[in-house]
Amino acid sequence: MKNILQLVWMVPVLPLIGFLINGLFRKQLSKPLVSLVGCLSVLSSFVISVLIFLDVKNGHTGVVNYFDFISVGKLHIPFAFQADQLSALWLLVVTGVGFLIHLYSTAYMKDEEPQHYARYFAYLNLFVFSMLLLILGANFVIMFIGWEGVGLCSYLLIGFWFKNNEYGNAAKKAFIMNRIGDLGFLLAIFWMVLKLGTVTYHTGDNTGVFDLVSKLSTFDITGITLLLFVGATGKSAQIPLYTWLPDAMAGPTPVSALIHAATMVTAGIYMIARSNILYTLAPVTQTVVAVIGLATALLAATIALKQNDIKKVLAYSTVSQLGYMFLGLGVGAYTGAVFHVMTHAFFKALLFLGAGSVIHAMHHEQDIRNMGGLKKKLPITHLTFLIGCIAIAGIPPFSGFFSKDEILAAAYANNPIYWYLGVAGALMTAFYMFRLYATTFLGQFRGTEEQKHHLHESPLSMTFPLIVLAILAALAGFVGVPEVLMPNSHALGEFLAPIFADSAKHAHAHHLDHSTEYVLMAVSVIGAAIAIIYAIFRFTRKPDLQEATGFGKVLADKWYVDEFYNGIIVRPLNWLGKFLNTYIEKGLIDWVVNGVGRSVNYLSRQVRLVQSGQVGSYVLLMVLSILVFFVIQFFLKK
Amino acid sequence: MIPVLLIVIPLLSGLATFLIKQEKGAKTWSLLASLITLVVSVIGITMVKDKAALSANLEWLPMLGSSFSVTLDGMGQILCLLTAVAFPMIFLATWNASYKNAKSFYALMLLGQAGLMGAFLAHDALLFYFFWELALIPAYFLCSQWGGERRIAVTMKFFIYTFVGSLFMLIGIIYVYFHAGQNFSIESFYSAALSPKEQNWLFWLFFVAFAIKMPIFPLHTWQPDTYEQSPTAVTMVLSGVMVKMGLLGVIRWLAPVLPMATWQNGDTVGLLCVIGMIYASILAIQQDDLKRLIAYSSIAHVGLMCLAIFVTSEKGMQGVMIQMFNHGINVIGLWIVVELIERQFGTRKISELGGLAQKAPALAILLVVVSLANVALPLTNAFIGEFLLFTGVFTSTVSKMGPVFTAVAGLSIILSAVYTLNMIQRVFFGNTNQLTASAHDIRSNEKIVLGILVVAILVVGVYPKPFLELTQGTVEAIMSKMITKHPI
Amino acid sequence: MKIEYYIVLSLALFCIGIAGVLTRRNAIIIFMCIELMLNAVNLLLVAFSKMHHVAEGAKNVAMAGIDGQLFVFFIMVVAAAEVSVGLAIIVMMYRNTHSVDVNFLNRLKH
Repeated sequence: MKNILQLVWMVPVLPLIGFLINGLFRKQLSKPLVSLVGCLSVLSSFVISVLIFLDVKNGHTGVVNYFDFISVGKLHIPFAFQADQLSALWLLVVTGVGFLIHLYSTAYMKDEEPQHYARYFAYLNLFVFSMLLLILGANFVIMFIGWEGVGLCSYLLIGFWFKNNEYGNAAKKAFIMNRIGDLGFLLAIFWMVLKLGTVTYHTGDNTGVFDLVSKLSTFDITGITLLLFVGATGKSAQIPLYTWLPDAMAGPTPVSALIHAATMVTAGIYMIARSNILYTLAPVTQTVVAVIGLATALLAATIALKQNDIKKVLAYSTVSQLGYMFLGLGVGAYTGAVFHVMTHAFFKALLFLGAGSVIHAMHHEQDIRNMGGLKKKLPITHLTFLIGCIAIAGIPPFSGFFSKDEILAAAYANNPIYWYLGVAGALMTAFYMFRLYATTFLGQFRGTEEQKHHLHESPLSMTFPLIVLAILAALAGFVGVPEVLMPNSHALGEFLAPIFADSAKHAHAHHLDHSTEYVLMAVSVIGAAIAIIYAIFRFTRKPDLQEATGFGKVLADKWYVDEFYNGIIVRPLNWLGKFLNTYIEKGLIDWVVNGVGRSVNYLSRQVRLVQSGQVGSYVLLMVLSILVFFVIQFFLKK
Repeated sequence: MIPVLLIVIPLLSGLATFLIKQEKGAKTWSLLASLITLVVSVIGITMVKDKAALSANLEWLPMLGSSFSVTLDGMGQILCLLTAVAFPMIFLATWNASYKNAKSFYALMLLGQAGLMGAFLAHDALLFYFFWELALIPAYFLCSQWGGERRIAVTMKFFIYTFVGSLFMLIGIIYVYFHAGQNFSIESFYSAALSPKEQNWLFWLFFVAFAIKMPIFPLHTWQPDTYEQSPTAVTMVLSGVMVKMGLLGVIRWLAPVLPMATWQNGDTVGLLCVIGMIYASILAIQQDDLKRLIAYSSIAHVGLMCLAIFVTSEKGMQGVMIQMFNHGINVIGLWIVVELIERQFGTRKISELGGLAQKAPALAILLVVVSLANVALPLTNAFIGEFLLFTGVFTSTVSKMGPVFTAVAGLSIILSAVYTLNMIQRVFFGNTNQLTASAHDIRSNEKIVLGILVVAILVVGVYPKPFLELTQGTVEAIMSKMITKHPI
Repeated sequence: MKIEYYIVLSLALFCIGIAGVLTRRNAIIIFMCIELMLNAVNLLLVAFSKMHHVAEGAKNVAMAGIDGQLFVFFIMVVAAAEVSVGLAIIVMMYRNTHSVDVNFLNRLKH
């Protein structure tokens, strides 16, 4: 094929076709056919993505314009796709992990009715389509389309079992919190239109947003980047908008793996990495991003320490890891953040799918207090889950170590306090992950007899994705080996260099000397190892089965953030609505409107009394009126 | 010739409907008539490129300086298309409903269509006023004869409210008439010599009439009541199409005629619009009646359109044009769903429904798409409109308040998600109750109508270019009139 | 004779008429009072007509202002017709209500 870039439209369109087929013919298609359509469409996208990736690697990047999406006056927003290093990398992750999760779902969802099974795959395909639109868009509006699209799919999939009202509430919460972020994103787009008259990233004649940054004042850049970051906090679950993500675990587990761990929630990182030049030029925003990221990482990690739902632990761990990525972005380690997105996609998808396998084996039991000792019964799940835990804990040479180390090293160079807190979070991560691991897989089985009887390893279509992801989680780190360990082997950094080239020019890179870097690495690795050993030692024999008390209860109840939001937003809004409805709408405005009518009525009733029906009074009135006319005519008129 | 046909076909066929005895016949006849109107309007928009065929100027009242002058310009085209599309949709969707004295019902509907078409096409102030009232009168009878239990009181309020507004406008029109060389034609209105002071009080006379129609906070209280009490077919006309008369009035008869006053009062009106948007959105969350919920949601959406007009920006104006069409389509879709629910269960109370998605999946899917359009999700038509509207407001060079308005008004897109998702969840998700346990899915004619709407929603959302091009000329013409007369 | 005498006389007649209309409730008396007012005006018309023409310097004093008197005759004829109608109404009223009290007819207020 001569120019593979011309095929880029097929990448999102294939899942869209899958969505249409599965969605429209959900009653006609049999389950195997549905799985085939669902998986095949994503698999073919993946194949094309690989081709595009290879092409991009050879330096063929470009923008493909399809049609004018919105064109008014001087504002032109084309429907265009951009294939470059950043989008190609993300394409691989999304379609690759996406395919594995589709495959996994064929077994995980097999108990659904055919119609709902097809609906599930339709939503999943629609999600992949939206995500690809987000990644491929060559301007902020197309990105926004995908951005809201993934939010919609997330909503639909969290509430997939729509009979359950609580799931519905979780879905609604996710959508609305995302919308709050989306408003920020939109305002940022408007701001760009106002100042630059364009929303395209780059154009051939250098009139794109990133080409014209020099025209923006510091105030504008700070405003735009902060608003974009508001969007990112919604989608990527950062303080203050993170509370939807743990609730989103109401959805089927593969959905949590795909949307709420591997892909959608990293959209915020993608957006900031995409507009890295703006962030580099806005140091205030960078500090905000780093601080919020770090705070989220720590807050979520503390909450994860005390959760007992296997998916909730992983959800808070996701929030926490996303926080690290934002820390990376905030300190200018764009490559590190993207690297961590990639490795995180592998090991977190692995962990979620492993959790799914456990839940599947345990007949929809999610409370780890009722598990334990699953190691023997679920050997593959156990092994792959262990790899995932080691990877996220940051033990070399597993992938999480490399990416986290890169972020932490950059954080240290920027401000050592970031590093201290970051390492504290990393230790907590190691601790709660192995608390989860030990409670679930080690020790004695604590479930019911019936569950014990039914325990079984999952089928191949579930274990195969686990194995693939485990290999990736173990080895993916080697694409980004730090300079200090092996010179010139940061393949990912070289690959992404063109994307961050402009930022690199502006940033004053602090380089750590090698000895410092060794010390930092050693401290975090040894710390993590100690945390792991302590967690395994403590929770294998005596898992904490009691309800948490004291400070532990505050953590188990998530610092009461949900209650706080309820108190300051939801309830006042409800109260305001009731107040407006009763007192302003009906009590004031409608009262005034009806009052006009009523007063006319009242006045006419009074005036009517003049008409008494007595002839004499009419005559008297007549005479008096004539007299008045006389008086006016003869005496008052000049 | 086309514009005359667009008025005459519904007018004559409406009068003829009074003579048809059988219900079925009246139904079929009015559907046929509305389809012919649709064909004519589609021809007028797509095929006829000759300017002369798109306008007509007949003698009407020469001694008053008024003529029967109708023109199908860009805005007229998009609104006539909306009107022409809406009526067959309404007739089809309510095909299974039966009305007492059906012939009068359908006749009045068609007469209403004639009035709407006339108001959208008139390029003569007196003629505009004539059609404005002509559209109102059938609406009055339709609501008061076929409405809910509180219909008499509510319709009275609706009629008097809008009629008082119209009288204010009439005073304004007559005043401008005497300062425009005793001529009612739109050109002479545009070149009327009015001092800033005169413009200022004339502005409020006109604005009150249009604000009641749209409606703009705090002149909106007739609307939820009327929508609630009217038969749903009429509600569709009122909120899908008639509301646009107010917007068209502002765009064609207010802003270019009184540009200085528009510029001066823009921020005041904008503030009202923004307050109204947030206010209506918060109230929508509280509503238990589906019709009232949609009514408040509609108030919020129209408020945004009005805001975009008054900040005087080309993007905003273009957004208003396309959003007028989109809002009509979306809101008609929502009303159809309400109508189907009410006909099946005899209630519109959200609290009494639930779990419909299990029993009526097709209805649920179609409703979800229409609702998503209502919250302006990308790739639905309303996103294009709202994106342009908000962009216009934010980037306005005339109003200093643009960014503030956008940020505050933007909250309504969050609130709209709140009430729309609440509604979806409580009506369609969850478990069924006694009432909905035996629910059945919708019939195929209803599926087709909603399906067409959904396709329209997606097509405009993905490829809005033809629509944007359609109204570009009108937008430029009006913007030039609004901008050049500014004192800056 | 001086015009003042006529004016005072007809004013007196007119006021008596008004007072009667305002104070009496019997329809026939009211009717008579109305006639009284009418005739007061008639008297004034004749008087003014005569005086006016004399003052203008009319040669034939006996025939001066004859047109005014003619008009008065007209008025009296019309008044007679009116009286017949009015009396008929009163008769009808009496038949229906067995009363000629006008305050009995206060249905208008409802």
